[in-house]
Amino acid sequence: MQDLLNIADKKISNRLFIGTGKFPNKPTIKDVLESTNIEVVTVALRRVDLTSKGDNILDYIPKNCLIMPNTSGARNAEEAVRIARLAQAAGLGSWIKIEVINDNKYLLPDNLETLKATEILANEGFMVLPYMNPDLALAKRLVKAGAKAIMPFGSPIGSNRGLKTEELVKIMVSEINLPIIVDAGLGKPSDASRCMELGCSAVLVNTAIATANDPINMAKAFSLAVKAGRLSFLNGTSIETEYAKASSPLTGFLRDDN
Amino acid sequence: MSFYFSYQKYKNFDFDNFFTNTALGDVKNSIYSEKLDIRKFLTLLSPEAGKSLEKMAQKAKRLTVKNFGKIILLYTPMYLANFCINECLYCGFNTTTQIKRRKLELNEVEKEAKFIAKEGLRHILILTGESRVLSPVSYIKDCIKILRKYFSSITIEIYPLTSKEYENLIQEGVDGLTIYQEVYDENIYRKLHLSGPKANYRLRLDAPERAAEAGIRTITVGALLGLNAWRKEAFFTGLHAQYLRDKYPDTEISISIPRIRPNTQDFSPPYNTDAKNLVQIITAIRLFLPRVGITLSTRESADLRDSLITLGITKISAGSTTAVGGHTTRDIQDKKTVQFEISDQRDVAQIKKMLLSKGYQPVLKDWVGNLRGNF
Repeated sequence: MQDLLNIADKKISNRLFIGTGKFPNKPTIKDVLESTNIEVVTVALRRVDLTSKGDNILDYIPKNCLIMPNTSGARNAEEAVRIARLAQAAGLGSWIKIEVINDNKYLLPDNLETLKATEILANEGFMVLPYMNPDLALAKRLVKAGAKAIMPFGSPIGSNRGLKTEELVKIMVSEINLPIIVDAGLGKPSDASRCMELGCSAVLVNTAIATANDPINMAKAFSLAVKAGRLSFLNGTSIETEYAKASSPLTGFLRDDN
Repeated sequence: MSFYFSYQKYKNFDFDNFFTNTALGDVKNSIYSEKLDIRKFLTLLSPEAGKSLEKMAQKAKRLTVKNFGKIILLYTPMYLANFCINECLYCGFNTTTQIKRRKLELNEVEKEAKFIAKEGLRHILILTGESRVLSPVSYIKDCIKILRKYFSSITIEIYPLTSKEYENLIQEGVDGLTIYQEVYDENIYRKLHLSGPKANYRLRLDAPERAAEAGIRTITVGALLGLNAWRKEAFFTGLHAQYLRDKYPDTEISISIPRIRPNTQDFSPPYNTDAKNLVQIITAIRLFLPRVGITLSTRESADLRDSLITLGITKISAGSTTAVGGHTTRDIQDKKTVQFEISDQRDVAQIKKMLLSKGYQPVLKDWVGNLRGNF
């Protein structure tokens, strides 16, 4: 049976999502998306120029890819909502990754404004995927507000630090009845694998692939890592233990008639 | 609070003594620290650090690619007017200088806008001299109404405004402010700005803060290199950017590093800043403020720009002119109407080609237009 991820009305088989912001040129974006059969890609509306001939990023995204515009640059809910509406008006569909950041030092999202934007946009019929600071209570509110998936960060955007939020993400995977997609901060394929082993539904990667010496090969590495992690999760990833497990049990001498 | 108080704290700092006592160990420690405080930043501006430029450059490049990606944003300046009532000794628009003065008629603004937009650029920087009578805020507002049809991002580089005026322009579609303090040293500032509103040091120094309070999205600050010893000016520029970043975290802060260029003024810069110094400034700023943008204009030669972009630059101008209406009248431009001579004459297509050949994506659009407007 095929292992598909359901988000809103879509069934997705490739659980590696790609961000497009930092690539050295647009043809490389296309090569990466095609060579790893990426199905979901996020594009900042601020970078989309529909009037440009030859410089429109959308021309480099294969037709079978689902474009999830994001609200990069929004500093509050109102700006995120306006960017989302502009994206829809520009013909980019109804999926939207909400990104509200008003902290240029660490690029950490503002959860309260994210929630406000999610409430408004979900109500307008958008498929909202909010990027957030992994906080269980807030995630529950996002679910209630109508989000279609929750996207906690692994570590700050572009930091390549990996899954520093592991404990919080684990809790979200166990408590939130929506796909959990780790977005931002994953620096190595093994980070992505770890997310998938924990039961995350997908990961979104940009910096680590786009700024690699060879983005195509790095995308392949991430793709394999995501698949490996997923397979491991489906097989019941072994639980880590603190001590070595003796192969001859110490209490083996006990019998029912003792 | 104002940045002025931060400036005052270091105004009488003994820079020479600090630099004399900076050893190689201090430099290494500063380069390899994950987070740099002000002291470490100043260490990287020392003559001793000048011997470790390659190490600084390697780290600067790595940090820039990590934070901004392999991309460079392109923009071009559009001079709307060159009327000016300021007497600044180094500037081609100095009120006492006999140059042809004019401002663009609105139909000319549209003509220039169409010309620039045709090249694919979506980020525009509009400039004027200082004349609230001949190029008033109302005129700039009328220009913005035209420009927002063609551009996704409009930055102003005009005379300092009040917070209310900044708010009005933001409402019309302005999202960025560029304002150089020119020289942070208050005493030198006084000697170079003889008359006119620009002689008011504080009015200019606090302008970025007034714009940030009005809700502007991006701010670029800088010192005009050549008016004072570059190590001190680079230090105060970094300090200013850090102050703004920390106080207004939702505003994107950038630093520009303009070196003074020849113009109609008979002014020889009292201080030299050579290419090596420029590299030290760019890399020291990048290590100190990893997420702050760094802008490089066409004041620099094509060769030097091509080399500098990989060290930490995030934004460059292309197809520049410093003449009023200069984009559509490039062929018939009189050297005497420009603010200063530009050095890199390449057009947008040539700059794009150069960036791609160096492994950088030229980005022509990086904003969504007006999000505040009531139209």
